[in-house]
Amino acid sequence: MSAATTASGSGAVTEQAAALTEDDTLAGAPVDGHHGGDHGHDEHATTTGLSHTKLAMWVFLGSECLLFGGLISTYLLYKTRGNGRTLPTDVFDIPFTSVSSFVLLMSSLTMVLALSAVNRGDDEAGRTWLLATSLLGAVFIGGQVYEFTSFVREGVAFTTNPASSAFFALTGFHGVHVSLGIVMLMSLFVSSVKGKLTQRNSETVEIVGLYWHFVDIVWIFIFTVIYLIPAD
Amino acid sequence: MSETAITEVTHSDGEHGHSDDEGHAHPSDWAYVKIALILAAVTALEVFTYFRSVLDWGAALVPSLIFMMIVKFYLVATWFMHLRFDSTLFAKMFTTGLILAVSVYLITLTAFEVWS
Repeated sequence: MSAATTASGSGAVTEQAAALTEDDTLAGAPVDGHHGGDHGHDEHATTTGLSHTKLAMWVFLGSECLLFGGLISTYLLYKTRGNGRTLPTDVFDIPFTSVSSFVLLMSSLTMVLALSAVNRGDDEAGRTWLLATSLLGAVFIGGQVYEFTSFVREGVAFTTNPASSAFFALTGFHGVHVSLGIVMLMSLFVSSVKGKLTQRNSETVEIVGLYWHFVDIVWIFIFTVIYLIPAD
Repeated sequence: MSETAITEVTHSDGEHGHSDDEGHAHPSDWAYVKIALILAAVTALEVFTYFRSVLDWGAALVPSLIFMMIVKFYLVATWFMHLRFDSTLFAKMFTTGLILAVSVYLITLTAFEVWS
């Protein structure tokens, strides 16, 4: 409420809103239509006052930084070790990867719009955006499969040299993460169709959204560091 | 009276994206679209650096790319992941992992560059 107070700048409105919050919370009714006020935040009666599920997801994402940090470090250290054979950087198709990157970036927008729709109780729009996010993720994965097969055709396979091993391990792990994200998104979609995903448990969408955005953030890093920054 | 108050509070939250500690209020959809447009523009600029025959960035290339990457990273983390509006504890958890990851790289780098 405090932020709303600052934003509205009206003492009277603040008092009314505070009273409403208290009354409506007691009645178990949402405070505002925008978010349902608590949007299933009964679980926030925790020692920290925060959702432990969300906290756990953030801890998990912090640990994921270490996983991808290790894989990116490995690639950076081995990227020029080709053992006299073709390096991944020799066969990069930057325009194609740029389109894939753009697709994944835009999937973050559709993901956040899905959460926004579920938060305001618009289940139909929520399902549409969840499906759109899954499709964009699938397009990205399709692009990665195409990229991998074209690399192999050009003589850069997983065991060609240390650089290619590090490259395929890094981008492959990322691809697996995107694929898992698609599975989670489709699970949410099915739950929504069955009527099990509503405004009250919208935090589930937020948790999956955090994972999805993280996968996007990792690709933002990979795209710049691995693809765009010149090897030499 | 009650409806007016609710409307004003909701409107206020929606417009400014402020919230209390747990960040129950998120920005409007239009705000998300604007962020996505900025992200798309930065990505386009990043890709443009690849075509060095059009414009040679010289020594500014790598710092510029890293700067643009950080901008995109920051926008996604703060707006789409709601770190801007949520509890700072979430941000601390994430940055701890991030700092550890960078440390891993730097330590490994010394092993290759200094101790080899």
